[in-house]
Amino acid sequence: MQYSIEADTLKKTFTGKHEVRALDGVSFNVAEGTVFGLLGPNGSGKTTAVRILTTILQPDSGRARVLGHDVAKHASLVRSLIGLAGQYAAVDENLTGRENLQMVGRLNHLPRSTVAGRAKELLEQFDLADAADRILKTYSGGMRRRLDLAAALVARPSVLFLDEPTTGLDPQSRNDLWEVIESLVGGGTTVLLTTQYLEEADRLAHSLAVLDHGHVIAEGTPEELKADLGATVLEVGLDTIENARRAAELFRPLGSHTPQVSGTVVEVTVDNGPESAMAGLRFLDQAGIIPAAFTLREPSLDDVFLALTGRRTENESDQDGDPALSGGRGRRRGSPAMETVGMGELS
Amino acid sequence: MTTTATTAISAPTVSGAPHSDNVGVRLRWAVADSLTITKRNILSYTRIPEALFFSTVQPIMFVLLFRYVFGGSINVTGTSYVNYLMPGIFVQTVAFGSVQTSVGLAEDLQKGLIERFRALPMARSAVLAGRTTADLCRNVLTVVIVTVVGFLVGFRPTTGVLPYVAGILLILLFAYALSWGFAVIGLSAPNSEVAQVIAFPLLFPLTFASSAFVPVANMPSWLQGFATYQPVSVTITACRALMLGGETATWVIQSLLWSIGLLVVLVPLAVHRYRTRI
Ligand SMILES: Nc1ncnc2c1ncn2[C@@H]1O[C@H](COP(=O)(O)OP(=O)(O)O)[C@@H](O)[C@H]1O
Ligand SMILES: [Mg+2]
Repeated sequence: MQYSIEADTLKKTFTGKHEVRALDGVSFNVAEGTVFGLLGPNGSGKTTAVRILTTILQPDSGRARVLGHDVAKHASLVRSLIGLAGQYAAVDENLTGRENLQMVGRLNHLPRSTVAGRAKELLEQFDLADAADRILKTYSGGMRRRLDLAAALVARPSVLFLDEPTTGLDPQSRNDLWEVIESLVGGGTTVLLTTQYLEEADRLAHSLAVLDHGHVIAEGTPEELKADLGATVLEVGLDTIENARRAAELFRPLGSHTPQVSGTVVEVTVDNGPESAMAGLRFLDQAGIIPAAFTLREPSLDDVFLALTGRRTENESDQDGDPALSGGRGRRRGSPAMETVGMGELS
Repeated sequence: MTTTATTAISAPTVSGAPHSDNVGVRLRWAVADSLTITKRNILSYTRIPEALFFSTVQPIMFVLLFRYVFGGSINVTGTSYVNYLMPGIFVQTVAFGSVQTSVGLAEDLQKGLIERFRALPMARSAVLAGRTTADLCRNVLTVVIVTVVGFLVGFRPTTGVLPYVAGILLILLFAYALSWGFAVIGLSAPNSEVAQVIAFPLLFPLTFASSAFVPVANMPSWLQGFATYQPVSVTITACRALMLGGETATWVIQSLLWSIGLLVVLVPLAVHRYRTRI
């Protein structure tokens, strides 16, 4: 098996006001021509891993190789082989789309004669031809992201790193970007992408690793992960906390994990959605409980975490806690650290 | 985007950017990269109204303010006030102009551009070299504008073209050295606003407790030592001597020593900050 990306026991501690162990022995391999997803909540170490693999940061210990080249020893060679689209669209606001791509082309030392042509080609591929000569200040978030991705592709890298490529995008732009990434992979590019969304990893990645506080806590194909987890989440809202507790007791036989109660809402991950839903309704009916809300949804990263670690994700910021996106589940009560990451349920 | 972006993206024909370990090739690339970044920064500046204002309108306002508002009440010996004033205005405006180095770098850091640059096969030195070179170009523009406005309001250098040009070059070298100091600040600041604000407590004493606008002899005695020998004043005095005559060599040498000394200290410091930031 030929690996395009190899990470071997990477460790990185940031010293500062607080000492943060961002990576604590992270290892994984990415096979050539596949998409690898690094899934984890804010602060789990995704960006740190990407920075090390793209030569931006030196690990304290451990080794990393891209296309067989050690990223620390042959940094400049590695840089000529990879493309990076960082967590925030890193484009010059005061330049036009075309100027941005041409600048990156020149900094990649492409032959003078090909720089303009390559920029034009990418602008067309990414549906930016009409906006090519507009200054980026007039671009939407989705357009910037696409330009950022285009900039990462200028030198036709065979290994591509995408750090949270769709965070902050509306569902439509997110879908568009997914299609772009899928067509890239169809062309043979190896992709490492980080995400907070199980749905995104599920759709794009051939294999993935779940990161938590700098540790890989699970690894495998999305199917394996979901099989471990239960493929669907049954979410039932009750009228009182008392009834929620009773419902949780009733749902116990449905899932492989214990049903979770938060406030008046009960959640249980189940293998067979419709069948379990019917059983759940029967149980409630027999007990004389009438649910206020009854939903089946795809599991989110939050559910993966709950299943793997017994606790919810602890996002440092609430940038992804958009209640409008979280399927009506809303914020959990209690400490602000108990935010939910809610994209998985959009599907 | 309203439609989809499913245009099939063809398999890479040539993979990756060119790579070379040849020293000559790498050197040529380093120069090309610096020029690319310089060009990008200059292009950027032409599209930021504030940056254009700082390098064009503000210097003109200073000339007019001191020439016509304060000038009447300031007495200098041996020459007209406008002649006395102009070298001071030159140095003051380029010193403030070099603040843009810190603002620009802090912005690039904030927006993640530096991160992109670090993952590109470009020369490591190009970001700082390109930034300071672009700021030097902006300062050249400022100096040209101030020269024109100066002549319009009665500035009449007495020593001829060559010493005048030498004076301008001395000022630009000094501003270039200051740019590297502001590069250190820009790379250390948490954001571009702080990078801009920090500059003023540093520059105000240097430009106003100087011989730029009033003769040092008019200042309290405890301030005179500082106001005479600090680098901004030294450069102004050297420039005044070159443009209007008088004791020249010692001041020019002192100014050169300051600029070179600052560069020797600040360039490695800025490069170190650039390497260790993130
Ligand atoms: N430059 C840095 N200095 C100090 N701490 C950092 C730095 N970069 C990241 N960290 C910390 O390291 C941890 C992992 O961060 P990061 O890799 O950015 O996570 P993610 O990308 O998964 O959100 C976080 O706790 C973060 O605060
Ligand atoms: Mg991150």
